[in-house]
Amino acid sequence: MIDKRVETVEQALDGLFDGCSIMISGFGGAGLPITLVRALEATSVRNLTLILNSIRFIEYTAPSLFTDKRVAKAICSAARSPGKEPGIYERQIQSGELELELSPQGSFAERLRAGGAGIPAFFTPTAVGTKLAEGKETREFNGQTCVMETGLTADFAILRGQTADRWGNVAFRGLQANFGPAMAMAARTTIVEVTELQEEALPPNGSHIPGIFTNRIIQLPDER
Amino acid sequence: MTPLSRNQIAWRAAQDLVEGWYVNLGMGMPVLAANYAPKDADIMFQSENGIVGVGPVAAPGEEDLDYVDAGSQKITLREGAALVDSAMAFAMIRGGHIDVTMLGGFQVASNGDLANWDAMIPNKGPLVGGAMDLAAGAKSVWVVMAHLTRDGEPRLVEKCLYPVTGVGVVDRVYTDHAVIEVTQEGFLVKEIAEGVSRELLQSRTAAPLSFAPDCSVINAPDLS
Repeated sequence: MIDKRVETVEQALDGLFDGCSIMISGFGGAGLPITLVRALEATSVRNLTLILNSIRFIEYTAPSLFTDKRVAKAICSAARSPGKEPGIYERQIQSGELELELSPQGSFAERLRAGGAGIPAFFTPTAVGTKLAEGKETREFNGQTCVMETGLTADFAILRGQTADRWGNVAFRGLQANFGPAMAMAARTTIVEVTELQEEALPPNGSHIPGIFTNRIIQLPDER
Repeated sequence: MTPLSRNQIAWRAAQDLVEGWYVNLGMGMPVLAANYAPKDADIMFQSENGIVGVGPVAAPGEEDLDYVDAGSQKITLREGAALVDSAMAFAMIRGGHIDVTMLGGFQVASNGDLANWDAMIPNKGPLVGGAMDLAAGAKSVWVVMAHLTRDGEPRLVEKCLYPVTGVGVVDRVYTDHAVIEVTQEGFLVKEIAEGVSRELLQSRTAAPLSFAPDCSVINAPDLS
């Protein structure tokens, strides 16, 4: 019987290891799996590669990931803290302790989608002629110069949804989806916290991520 | 000599929006343009975190954490809106489905280069977001910005000193001094703010200007 439900955050995050890569969804607080990020902070795993849109919300939610230098690399479109003074991860990026791979947000989203769809790389006009295309292969298509971007995959993805069923189908509310569906496809183990884990199956055209892309579902209150 | 206020610049840009268009508004001054779009025109505002059909900002007490735009404002949706994930939202942008994006700018060069993502602030981390995708992918790129920096330096230049967001991407610039098209021959002034002479405008612009035969005065309503 397919049953992806788990009871505890420890079960949800089982198997994390030093040096693993973790995708974390969320945009402006919508779709951010706050409880699982805090549970990640409570583990002892380190040397992590985090793949996420913006570091800011993760540092705010789980500061010790950075103060204890447990993040080795971040792939993201935003690595700026609020305020004029440099934040902890900005200092770590500057000193080289934290390796940063900055990606335009649309290229980032497409890299996730590509990684999940078995596409190792693609070409796009985005970022051509800018710092973010330096060192990357370029080719011309239909008279337009394009830069090669690689697909992204990861060991784990953690997301927040609204509703799910035991088959792992997930439905979102409002703007929760953002990077979640692409990350679910791109990660080998996808873990979703949801507000409501329901007994009956979601309607076949009523979910936003089909269960084939998810592995563990946990019901957790919205702690924002 | 009375340069336009921020609201008046946004108002002026909004007057050029066309019924039926799909429009992406950047953070800051561009997003103000939504307040001044022609009332009888059906225009869909897109937000890259997954909205087609952004409505007004949520009223106090009505905010919903799952309904945010790309600037993390709590928003409402308009009739006919659709919510999607980031990969699809950026397919709209990168696939050429957005009629116009209005972006803020640090500098625009006379060949259409745009610099608007990296202000080279020491010790602060980088943040690119969707700027490069919008610059490369939208059918038209309009830049909405003050004509001069706070220190009185021109923002319209021969060559951008800040790292560029896109090469040759800008079609039009709206400032507090003028409306300027970017053409093969460089900057072409279409409209000038009341009381700004051609000589003054040129002295505040670090690249040659030419003036359209029908160059007129901007007639903005009082929006202070």
